[in-house]
Amino acid sequence: MLIFEQSRRSRRSTSQAPAAEGDIGGIPANLLREDEPLLPEVSELQAVRHYTRLSQRNFSIDSHFYPLGSCTMKYNPRACNLYAMLPAFLGRHPHAGVGTGQGFMQCMFELQEILTDVTGMQGVSLTPLAGAQGEFAGVAMIRAYHESRADDERVEILVPDAAHGTNPATATMCGYKVREIPTDSNGDVDLAALREAVGSRTAGLMLTNPSTLGVFERHITEIAQIVHGAGGLLYYDGANLNAIVGKVRPGDMGFDVIHMNLHKTFSTPHGGGGPGAGPVGVNQRLLPFLPIPYVLESNGDYRWATERDCPHSIGRLSANMGNAGVLLRAYIYALLVGRQGMARIADFATLNANYMMARLKAAGVDMAYPGRRATHEFIVTMKRLKEETGVTAMDVAKRLLDKGFHAPTVYFPLLVPECFLVEPTETESKQEIDGFIDALLEIFDEARRDPETVKSAPHTTPVRRLDEVKAARELDVAWRVGPAR
Amino acid sequence: MSDIPSELRYTKTHEWVRLMDDGNLEIGITDHAQSLMGDMVYVELPEVGAVVVGGDDCAVVESVKAASDVYAPVSGEIVEVNEELADAPETLNQHPYTDGWMFRIRAAGEGELDELLDADGYLEAIEAEE
Repeated sequence: MLIFEQSRRSRRSTSQAPAAEGDIGGIPANLLREDEPLLPEVSELQAVRHYTRLSQRNFSIDSHFYPLGSCTMKYNPRACNLYAMLPAFLGRHPHAGVGTGQGFMQCMFELQEILTDVTGMQGVSLTPLAGAQGEFAGVAMIRAYHESRADDERVEILVPDAAHGTNPATATMCGYKVREIPTDSNGDVDLAALREAVGSRTAGLMLTNPSTLGVFERHITEIAQIVHGAGGLLYYDGANLNAIVGKVRPGDMGFDVIHMNLHKTFSTPHGGGGPGAGPVGVNQRLLPFLPIPYVLESNGDYRWATERDCPHSIGRLSANMGNAGVLLRAYIYALLVGRQGMARIADFATLNANYMMARLKAAGVDMAYPGRRATHEFIVTMKRLKEETGVTAMDVAKRLLDKGFHAPTVYFPLLVPECFLVEPTETESKQEIDGFIDALLEIFDEARRDPETVKSAPHTTPVRRLDEVKAARELDVAWRVGPAR
Repeated sequence: MSDIPSELRYTKTHEWVRLMDDGNLEIGITDHAQSLMGDMVYVELPEVGAVVVGGDDCAVVESVKAASDVYAPVSGEIVEVNEELADAPETLNQHPYTDGWMFRIRAAGEGELDELLDADGYLEAIEAEE
């Protein structure tokens, strides 16, 4: 039931408290609205129950193992929430003068420094509001760089076929033509195809490393030489930074620009549609183009960098600098973990993934890249299962919900048939991981004994299997009080 | 195994091409492609009159799993598109080689058709992919 359907006319949040009409006498008549606002009239208790019930119907990281490949659904330490919600942070208006916000600005400056250091770049701007905006800012800087050199022939961005769909979308938004680079049978970028593709038209290459195939790109140094040799720049998609954070630095691999998803690697909450944080880091040659505002420091004083400081900046991406609450959580997380702890993130994220892969392999489950060590995630291919039983990766994913686990990512990356992408993250216990493997093996067994049960799953969730085709073809996302206007 | 009619020509990117009686070329996506994509939910077609170069992306198909570009197999002018697909994208799943045709091209030159794969060549190409 929607909260609007619980609405009754004139109901107030606290039913027994005396009704107090607001005084609107001071507001000019031309500013008063004539229509009633379309808001539900429910009691406080109704609102609390409604949203508590909704949250209980969800799978979330606080209630379930959530191995959603490529999404890094790690635990969000409560301490980060606690400190980010200190009244002095919560109450600060973004337009308050810098004189009253030195503490907040120091936190943000230090986060810039931490991210700069851990990625091996020369500067970081925290301003992008999400990964997608970070990507946009990154490629916009590549464009600004070439334009600043009047190098106008560079109209193509190279993107491996294993990339996230956001990469070609970003390149297109920035006015580039996308050229796809194939992947070889081991999951690495096809170097011969890359050599053939680069040239005077190449603005840059967008690369995720480790790639979406769950393997580390072994020829990264050579790839960097090929792209730089042709005059292009290297863009690092930070989607999989969790596998290498604190161990290997994108700057040392030769990348010129990087975006980070703080809601993944730095543990800020995500999965509910945001807010996210997608800071960008750059090396020396892209420093002038960083988006503003970011925080500058001199002699312990902090202030915002503006157009005056950065005349070549690609500009502002929003009214203020990023999502302050999310950035604070990431900053506190970075301090909690520390520089050495960051390497342990990568250690345990990859250990967990490799342990899971080894157990599944031993049980006879097919891996997409059986010869490769997993990074922080790995891909099972269920092609043989589908051929033998008719049960698809989607069916297995749905059946996992019945067993109390959030499903991994399915059908991405597109290169792998019946793809099932598992990312445990470093925050899960061995018991939890073993429970998931046991459940998965049970489902494989069920698929052979009783395929219909798997194909019609889930059976225990508040909503049964959805008609995805109908949902996509007849998109209906709005609820209206009255007829459509 | 998927259906690969012997009278058609094919591309490695999973388009099929039919030479029509009027000399124009009819283009769609193969049975193999539609089975990989799964249930189609949206089709974006080129504009009639558009001039395309062989290898250019000129249409988009979107399924519950993925969105994919459809490439012009040869250079030429788009002379007709299958408007029916807008309301019935499932036709691509049900009848990929007949009612599921996507667009028709008046080829700019001759010879490009001969460079495309025949049924055996396409079968080899998809086997090599697996």
